[in-house]
Amino acid sequence: MFRKAAALTRSLAVAGLAAAALAGPAGAANFKFAGPLDAYTLDPHAVSNTLIFAVLSNVYEPLVRRGADLKLEPALATEWKQVDDLTWEFTLRQGVKFSNGNAFDADDVVFSLNRAKAGGVKANLAAIASIEKAGDHKVVVKTGAPTPILPAMIVNWFIMDKEWAEANGAVQPGSANNQTETFANRNAMGTGPYVIKERDPGVKTVFAANPGWWDKITGNIDQATFFVIANPATRVSALVTGEVDMVDGLPPQDVQRIEETKGLRVQAGSDLRTIYMQPDIARDNLLHGSEKSKNPFKDVRVRRAMTLAIDTTAIQNRVMRKLSTPVGLPIGKEVEGFDAELGKPVVADVDKAKALMAEAGWEKGFTVNLDCTNDRFMNDEATCLAIAASLQRIGITVEPRIAPTARWAKQINPPDYDTSLVLVGYSPATYDAHLFFTSIVATRDPKSGLGAFNIGGYSNPEVDRLIADIGKERDRTKRLGQIRQAFALMKEDAAYIPIHQLKILWGVKDSVTVVQPADLGYPLRYFVVK
Amino acid sequence: MLLYLASRVGQTLVVLLVISLIAFLLVANLGDPLAALLSADASQAERAALVRELQLDQPLAARFVGFLGKLLQGDFGLSYRTQEPVAKLIAERLPATLELAFVSLLITLFVGVPLGILCGVAPRSIPARLVMFASAAGVTLPNFVVGIALIAIFSVQMKLLPSFGRGETVQVGAWTTGLLTASGWRAIVLPAITLATFQSTFVIRLIRTQLMEVGLAEHIRFARARGLSEARIWGLYALKNTALPVITMLGLQLGNIIAFSVVTENVFAWPGLGTLFLQSVQAADVPVIAVYLIFVGAVFMVINLAVEIAYPLIDPRVLGR
Repeated sequence: MFRKAAALTRSLAVAGLAAAALAGPAGAANFKFAGPLDAYTLDPHAVSNTLIFAVLSNVYEPLVRRGADLKLEPALATEWKQVDDLTWEFTLRQGVKFSNGNAFDADDVVFSLNRAKAGGVKANLAAIASIEKAGDHKVVVKTGAPTPILPAMIVNWFIMDKEWAEANGAVQPGSANNQTETFANRNAMGTGPYVIKERDPGVKTVFAANPGWWDKITGNIDQATFFVIANPATRVSALVTGEVDMVDGLPPQDVQRIEETKGLRVQAGSDLRTIYMQPDIARDNLLHGSEKSKNPFKDVRVRRAMTLAIDTTAIQNRVMRKLSTPVGLPIGKEVEGFDAELGKPVVADVDKAKALMAEAGWEKGFTVNLDCTNDRFMNDEATCLAIAASLQRIGITVEPRIAPTARWAKQINPPDYDTSLVLVGYSPATYDAHLFFTSIVATRDPKSGLGAFNIGGYSNPEVDRLIADIGKERDRTKRLGQIRQAFALMKEDAAYIPIHQLKILWGVKDSVTVVQPADLGYPLRYFVVK
Repeated sequence: MLLYLASRVGQTLVVLLVISLIAFLLVANLGDPLAALLSADASQAERAALVRELQLDQPLAARFVGFLGKLLQGDFGLSYRTQEPVAKLIAERLPATLELAFVSLLITLFVGVPLGILCGVAPRSIPARLVMFASAAGVTLPNFVVGIALIAIFSVQMKLLPSFGRGETVQVGAWTTGLLTASGWRAIVLPAITLATFQSTFVIRLIRTQLMEVGLAEHIRFARARGLSEARIWGLYALKNTALPVITMLGLQLGNIIAFSVVTENVFAWPGLGTLFLQSVQAADVPVIAVYLIFVGAVFMVINLAVEIAYPLIDPRVLGR
């Protein structure tokens, strides 16, 4: 009944919004929700982390924000235009106040850029070379290279009150080596729809509606409490007992139970994160495998055979309990540049795969380690084991090396890239394929930082040339064509083996309407409690 | 007595130093804090800069000396994860864990000791057999199973008690207490019972075995021969002889709860040290883990010291050995 069965398949962000609009604000409400992890800090410029942005986007605002449908919309900037290749002009909103009553103006924007550039989020703003105040409500941003998608790149750049930061000694962003802790770590001063009323790190965070917000809260939440409950069983119990109205990180094995519980439902929307495998094709030997003098992954036929051997539909049905979507590209469907044709999942064909292995001279197969996590993505360990079983069918003996994220990252990350085959998940923060290209597909270049997370060392000069063009192209149609071309070349080389796009799993009370964006955010301003 | 005291304190200090070295070595190889601190798209230059800032490029020995030096000055460093002082993080979480340990110890004493005496004095009676049967379950069931079962029964089914958190807390000076509010007491019941399950069954079995053994000893037979009442024999002469092992065990258990109630705290989202430890391990938050392990070592040493100092008070024969 109700929406339960349909909830899994429908596009929920949109459905949620429609329902919210229908329901309308029904008086002030108190909302309680729980998730497995807490935001490390309230400092918006200290660490680049999805969860921090998810929590802070209720309190701080960027110049340009994403709406419930993920489209860009004006926030602290009312309009923006690219004046020339390297120059952007942002007109700032008038009459906006921070929650302490201070007026918002160009000084705060300039201050927040400099602060962010000194902190852990600086990589997200690498495109911006400088900023200049051009009047109280206008700033001019210079980019180092032509950057047609600049607005999409700054949705997580939050503006902080300059006077407040100066008065409280929080001018410098937090960092682990600072011997003094910054005030902004536990306190926040933004222009957003909510303010932090109470904060107990790792335990709970209480939000209260900001009565002076320039925009309108379309939901009816005037107070929200976010609890951190690490244990999944307890999280589900807290939902069942009614102690919380919503839980994030619902364990897949509890989906059925929640659906069968009266008054509760499961909300499973797309997660931008997409899981793929990357073999090491840079080295001449198999670093972690049986072949000490030869690297089978250098042969494109072996890589294609692997792509054909992995049955992503079986993984979707058996391992993921249908809570994933197989894809043919290592990026999510919502990402700008995703191509429906290229994005169709590959249909498994073991015979063809075996033939390719024989053609490449590897019919006897080989042994290789696959580096996987067991605490990062939904059912990552089980996915890893399923992939190993799939590849065994074509003679490749995969020995999974399963580790917690911290260990796994130390193994695979630059500068060593100490892996032969790795299972990774990625989502571009800009929702744009270009970021995927520059950090994961481009030829590795330690100097420019291009391809820093191209863990397999893939390199194709033609793709590199296209990546440079995509970065500059201002015409959207042309740009999408270039992206398609680059993806086609990349797919032909089979150096990235896409597995599936994940889903975000929330357990929600039927009396609550939520919006569930693919970037893992909690946009409280749209939530309605009946 | 003084000599006994000095030798015990000296041993404690040596062990503490060894623990800090082990803690340091352990966490130096634990994982990559860079993964948690850097964004996925960080450039190599940014990585290198952070490695320098955190001094991860220094030799291990130099890092240990620096670490120890700062520790002695009372500077425990900043957490990589939350960028807050480690001492503050631990101090904030300590009250929750200590209160939980205290309440579960009370339960253990009030449940375990009387039942243990019952089982020891009348091991063949029906109630004693029932208690022994139930305590077998208590010893074998892992903590998290007990915790989840209690939540399923008392929170989900009966809707009597909260399933997570600490309830409302009150600030008393630097101490946050949940023991002064009704919701705080309601919240502590289930996790305290979970912790006490194992301990009290353990205490029951320990006291039972000890009493059964002491019951055959000569001084008890003499006492009986002199016609003393059974209550006096068991309550005074027998029980006193079982005190040493029980106190040792309770001391160690108390240390265990303060240090490693990780599982129970995780199940009940109890905001104590165990939760902090788990969150830090997940993020490879080296400074917190190192200080935490040393702190835990210190707690054990202090409790152990207290227990050893208590020995001569209970049994003066200890000094003679």
